[in-house]
Amino acid sequence: MNAFASGHLVAAPVLLPLVTAAVLVGMGDRWRRWKAGLNLLSMVASLALAWHLLQAVAAGGSTATFGVYLPGNWPVPFGIVLALDRLSALMLVLAACVALASLLFALARWHRASVQFHPLLQLQLMGLNGAFLTADLFNLFVFFEVLLAASYGLLLHGGGTGRVRSGLHYITVNLLASFLFLIAVALLYGITGTLNMADIAVKLPHVPSGDRGLLHAASALLAVAFLAKAALWPLNFWLPSAYSAASAPAAAVFAILTKVGVYAVLRLWTLCFPASAGASALFGGSTLLWGGLATVGFGAIGMLASQQLGRLAGYSVITSAGTVLAAISFDVPELTGAALFYLASSTLAACAMFLLVELVERARQVEVDAPSADDSEAPLPTFGERAAPQDVNLDDARMPLVGRAIPAAVAFLAVAFLVCTVVLAGLPPLSGFVGKVAMLDALLDARRDAPGQWRGEAWALFALLIVSGLLASIALMRAFITHFWALQERAAPRLRIVEVLPVLLLLAACTMLALRGEAALRYTGYAAADLHVPALYTRAVLQTRPVPAPAARPRP
Amino acid sequence: MEIVISLAIGVLVSAGVWLVLRPRTFQVLIGLSLLSYAVNLFIFSVGSLSLDAEPIVQAGLPPDLLHYTDPLPQSLVLTAIVIGFATTALFLVVLLALRGLTDSDHVDGREEEP
Repeated sequence: MNAFASGHLVAAPVLLPLVTAAVLVGMGDRWRRWKAGLNLLSMVASLALAWHLLQAVAAGGSTATFGVYLPGNWPVPFGIVLALDRLSALMLVLAACVALASLLFALARWHRASVQFHPLLQLQLMGLNGAFLTADLFNLFVFFEVLLAASYGLLLHGGGTGRVRSGLHYITVNLLASFLFLIAVALLYGITGTLNMADIAVKLPHVPSGDRGLLHAASALLAVAFLAKAALWPLNFWLPSAYSAASAPAAAVFAILTKVGVYAVLRLWTLCFPASAGASALFGGSTLLWGGLATVGFGAIGMLASQQLGRLAGYSVITSAGTVLAAISFDVPELTGAALFYLASSTLAACAMFLLVELVERARQVEVDAPSADDSEAPLPTFGERAAPQDVNLDDARMPLVGRAIPAAVAFLAVAFLVCTVVLAGLPPLSGFVGKVAMLDALLDARRDAPGQWRGEAWALFALLIVSGLLASIALMRAFITHFWALQERAAPRLRIVEVLPVLLLLAACTMLALRGEAALRYTGYAAADLHVPALYTRAVLQTRPVPAPAARPRP
Repeated sequence: MEIVISLAIGVLVSAGVWLVLRPRTFQVLIGLSLLSYAVNLFIFSVGSLSLDAEPIVQAGLPPDLLHYTDPLPQSLVLTAIVIGFATTALFLVVLLALRGLTDSDHVDGREEEP
């Protein structure tokens, strides 16, 4: 089962950011350039590592491949376990992409706003990676707290009344969700006597019927804790204001935070309540479905209602989280696979959108520098043209055209914004479209294969997928027109290459997802198929044995 | 014993929830603290409440839950206390920052309009 020659590699996505953060905390403010360089190096290494792990789990073709690692070398149900499968590997790559993009963007100026930006970003990545890798419920709680603590710091990064106010709300909501998480974990431990997710899944069918109500209560509490993070309506009121108040690099990282909640729901729900779970089969599925559909509607209407770009991007995150939640609740492997593809594409696009928001807003107003301890560095050469062209264009009637050439910076912003719109709204030809079509296709296939079980809910999702795309494209195009076509007299914004680069890379990743759509969809399809056979996961985790002590090891 | 623990948890939770829903930041902070105490007690209670039992194995006593208390919830509580304490401290800092920035202790940074 364990396809990794050196199993230690599975723990590396947690250890690398942790060690880097520890080193970065110790480096004083005088070492800022070194800190930035070290952080960048470590971030690129994290991405390479995540990509390597993804390749390793993808190498098995259609057979499920797991990398299981016992950090304390304790026997399985007792010690902490890290388990890597296709879903976790995909999430690791997404987290590394988003964190790298955020860091590149921050290198332009945001990282100067406080000394602890670099360690916070690394700790955020560590918490994310740990949450994606762990196979232990309490360990999941700890990693959730790590990533939340780092996100509190990142949300407050840059300071200001707006950030502190929404930070207070954000911390309160997440603390309450954490308490629910703890209560649910304690209840589950009381019922099953174990905290290992695989062990819980194995023991759930044997829970006596008298305890079943308690079990369902515990699962529902756990789901509320996760869904508050996944921004399910009505638990998502805090999200738009928090995300729009955050500085651009922080908001870009937050694009994946809602997906952590989605990941946890997907992992535990498919593991604990598969269709074969008897009395608890698909427990809570309809809540997930209707909640997801309501979230899609709420997000789409919110996008239409938003005037600020930041809130628009926040609502688009809500819409995509709702879409994925509603799609996975059908418990159809093909649909889940398509939803995972959509999740990857929408995370990358939302991250790019949050970065673009700041660049576009900067273009609209007099440039205000981020609070900064050191302004001595001269800006890099700008994209904007320094002087308006002297000659006047003449049209066919030999009349001078009023207006001037569009500065390169504005052109870049406009094109990037359009590409983002296309991905987020699911318009052809980019990856958002591929994801949505794959979901619609899976819905129709499910109808053809089992017409008897075809329910009205499926039509509701079918319609909402299309309508939410329409509403999203209306909202985004309206924002595009007000920001780029209703042009006022003003200088071109000054963009630095290092700010443009992450946006370009993210959009290139979306394009690659569309170009290599077949391979990517096959991968997510296998990931979903593995999820729907929970025995694969439980067997891989429970059959792992600790490494024998050196003395007991037979000599070669 | 069970009655006392459940009453204590119930009182702490109800007081905590009421305080969290109040509009003043300090009330919210105290409410969150009370809730975290309640949660810690709750975790403690799922490991079978027992009097005069320790979680450390001794020679001569068979290692089962009749003779010992479950050590795992105790370690969970310890972790939860540490994490809850740290996040509460962070909340306190943000509370003071908001107080300083807005000159108001309302959670929204300004009083509601009547």
